[in-house]
Amino acid sequence: METLWFVLVSFMLTMYVVLDGFDLGAGIIHLYAAKTDVERRLILNAIGPVWDGNEVWILAAGGTLYFAFPLVYASSFSGFYLPLIMILWLLMSRGLSIEFRHQVDNPLWRNFWDVMFSLSSGLLVIFLGAALGNVIRGVPLSKDGYFFEPLWTTFTVVPESGILDWYTVIFGLVALFTLTVHGSSYVAMKTEGDVQTRSRFAAGKAWWGVMATTIAGITTTFALRPELLNNFTKHYWGLLFPLAALLGLSGVWYHFRKGQDTRMFLSSTLFILAMLGGTAFALYPNLLTSSTDPSASLTIHNTAAQPYGLGVGLSWWIVGMVLVSGYFIYVYRSFRGKVALPTEDAGY
Amino acid sequence: MEDALLIDRVQFAFTIMYHYLFPQLTMGLGLLIVVLKGLFLWKKDERYNQSARFWAKIFAINFAVGVVTGIPMEFQFGTNWARFSTFAGGVIGQTLAMEGVFAFFLESSFLGLFLFGEKKLGRSGHFLAAVMVFLGSWLSGYFIIATNAWMQHPLAYAAATDGSLHVSDYWGLLLNPWIGWQYTHNMIGAVVTAAFVMTSVGAFYLLSNRNVEYGKVFVRVGVGAGLIGSLLVAFPTGDGQVKNVATYQPVTFAGMEGLFESKEGAELMLIGQPDMEKLRMDNPLYVPQLLSFLTHYRWTAEVKGLQAFPKEQWPTNIPLLYYSYHIMVGLGTIFMAIMALAAFLLWKKKLYQARWALWILLLAFPFPYIANTAGWMTAELGRQPWLVYGLMRTLHGASPTVSAGNGLFTLLGFLGMYFVIGVLFLFLVVKRINQGPENAGSAH
Ligand code: HDD
Ligand code: HEM
Ligand code: HEM
Repeated sequence: METLWFVLVSFMLTMYVVLDGFDLGAGIIHLYAAKTDVERRLILNAIGPVWDGNEVWILAAGGTLYFAFPLVYASSFSGFYLPLIMILWLLMSRGLSIEFRHQVDNPLWRNFWDVMFSLSSGLLVIFLGAALGNVIRGVPLSKDGYFFEPLWTTFTVVPESGILDWYTVIFGLVALFTLTVHGSSYVAMKTEGDVQTRSRFAAGKAWWGVMATTIAGITTTFALRPELLNNFTKHYWGLLFPLAALLGLSGVWYHFRKGQDTRMFLSSTLFILAMLGGTAFALYPNLLTSSTDPSASLTIHNTAAQPYGLGVGLSWWIVGMVLVSGYFIYVYRSFRGKVALPTEDAGY
Repeated sequence: MEDALLIDRVQFAFTIMYHYLFPQLTMGLGLLIVVLKGLFLWKKDERYNQSARFWAKIFAINFAVGVVTGIPMEFQFGTNWARFSTFAGGVIGQTLAMEGVFAFFLESSFLGLFLFGEKKLGRSGHFLAAVMVFLGSWLSGYFIIATNAWMQHPLAYAAATDGSLHVSDYWGLLLNPWIGWQYTHNMIGAVVTAAFVMTSVGAFYLLSNRNVEYGKVFVRVGVGAGLIGSLLVAFPTGDGQVKNVATYQPVTFAGMEGLFESKEGAELMLIGQPDMEKLRMDNPLYVPQLLSFLTHYRWTAEVKGLQAFPKEQWPTNIPLLYYSYHIMVGLGTIFMAIMALAAFLLWKKKLYQARWALWILLLAFPFPYIANTAGWMTAELGRQPWLVYGLMRTLHGASPTVSAGNGLFTLLGFLGMYFVIGVLFLFLVVKRINQGPENAGSAH
């Protein structure tokens, strides 16, 4: 049961990265890919009707973590206090930029929100990547399961570590490049003309960044935490994750060269799924690793809620997910195809 | 960690009170938009549809702010109330996660369709989308109230060996007897807010002689909903809440009513200031024996006063609790009077010309916000010193590792950010109201 909830929470977080990831990626390239007001409205219309639904994945994942592994939720959220609150502020700014920009027809107003949108999306991605880096690297957990990390200490990986050190910054960059590719291919898929051309170009350039940072990230990870290889040597099927990631990454390049946007987007989705799936696989059964004392790590065994709660949770979770899939299929079908600019002040 | 605790409390209170300014309009307006769309389908009068479009624009702005201010709420249980979350996550994590899975997905998916899909969906499809948005917001309210109801009246849990609580009866949690009145009362409070806002905009158009046809629609629908809402919020739902508190939290009840001594035939305090040094009410103005009657339906029944309980069980801030409660009830009484008067004039076909009455309706819209906030302060201050009533003190719920300095930093950040958001929100809503319903776009 605990293993199942480990998988389900990882699944929901991964869905968040895949879905809201392209909104964030679109934000990163917004200022570059779209120059005029009309072009910028195209990008915003491509994500406008779906971004909030995508963002709900992180809220739902948080809630699920909360009831399935209460101590992990409490420990990680209070331990990462400052960066999490900053992530909240950035999420707020991003949401407001999308929703407020189109309300007033004034170039200054619109420019302000364009910059805000791009800046908050980019910073969010870096923070989220660094947070993942922290989870992989481990945090200084004490015996009662709590810890606190300042934003940074010396930028080196020492026991008194901070949220940001050279290692987690690499992960921030991995996230930045990966979601730039992801968002660019989404925008390319949904638009035509100049915006499409520029987005494709951005995807191609960022692809090199993904290559470089991913290699750096993986080698440093196994140098710092060789024990993360254990699950792979124990269960060979886990090697499917790196294989799928490789396939996704080469797929992005292949379809980029052929100018096939949808397939490029799907390849990038595969890459993200495989990378996050592989990370979860390597971490299992740890949810939060202790960097100081391995026995203090929070695992699925010492933090899970009682079986009764996990059981009823599963029944409503399944019902809920069937409904959610229904809404998502319906909404994405309703807004399928290239975006067109609506007349009047409708849309974004 | 005393300072850190204070900051955690101030930050939570500030962010939740701010957040709730928006959902109350979302939930109330969600219903009124369904009413407008329904009137359109029924009477085939395009004005109702155009009115719905106009309110949908305001709804969208309000919703956006509700969403962004809601996100921090979901996370603060972990960031600032880690011990509480470890203790109670096995119970309230359930309802909070269900809110995400069942309510937020529904709402966010259908709002896009409702706002941008009128042409595509057709008449009844668009009506259905409005209903879904309304349902989503009311479900959201249900799960959050279920969470709060459990904190007020915990049940359906079992303790694990490490002391943490876990749900032991799923339906017991969702059908907590506390929820019934709390949910209906709270939702009707939201309808009252939306009704007053709609009436106020209508009165503004009528008084300034612009968009007069729409002004009449808004006033008519607003006064109708406002009258029904103002009556229901007091009886039976407010009365039901009173009975729940009197039964399950008698100390809170004594504090709310400002009753220090236990009494047979206790009086109902109308006005007066709790004097915590001398432990009595100053300048009291009261109706003798009414409190006994209202709580027990007997004029001479005994009501327990604060003195009947040990001091460490008293609510921590009795004067504020007392004032919050009396502000809510006082305003509730005034709402009934205003809406009854407006409905009477409407029935006599005099309201649209009665400028003095329209002025009252125009200026009344902030008061439901105050009443709703005061109501929540009553509930939450009344629960003190408990975080989970009878089980966990607020003192023991905060995060052990977050220092006061870090907390103050984020509190100041929230204050600044919310100030800016508030200014922008008001600016955008006023702009929409000035543009008027004629220019609220057509089917697309
Ligand atoms: C328009 C808003 C509004 C109005 C006019 C009233 N209320 Fe209220 N009240 C609320 C909005 C509200 C609320 C915001 O919805 C609360 C906060 C918590 C809750 O469940 O509902 C609340 C709470 C609340 C509580 C506290 C419950 C607790 O401690 O958990 C009581 C006893 C009442 N109400 C009773 C009344 C009575 C007797 C009213 C008579 C007119 C009244 N309310 C008017
Ligand atoms: C909009 C509605 C709400 C308002 C206006 C409100 C108001 C408040 C206030 C004023 C406090 C501070 C009390 C004090 O420190 O003395 C507080 C505390 C708190 N409330 Fe609420 N509340 C609301 C809804 C909720 C809900 C729905 C929950 C749970 C799901 C909740 C959980 C808490 C918690 C955890 C605290 C912190 C601990 C404490 O100080 O009691 N509140 N709230
Ligand atoms: C501690 C308590 C609370 C938490 C954790 C919380 C959380 C949230 C979150 C995360 C959102 C954004 C959802 C999205 O992205 O679509 C939201 C919005 C919303 N919340 Fe809250 N909320 C709290 C209190 C309340 C209360 C007391 C109510 C009403 C009874 C309420 C009703 C709503 C509604 C209707 C929305 C929809 C959007 C809007 O506000 O306009 N919330 N809330």
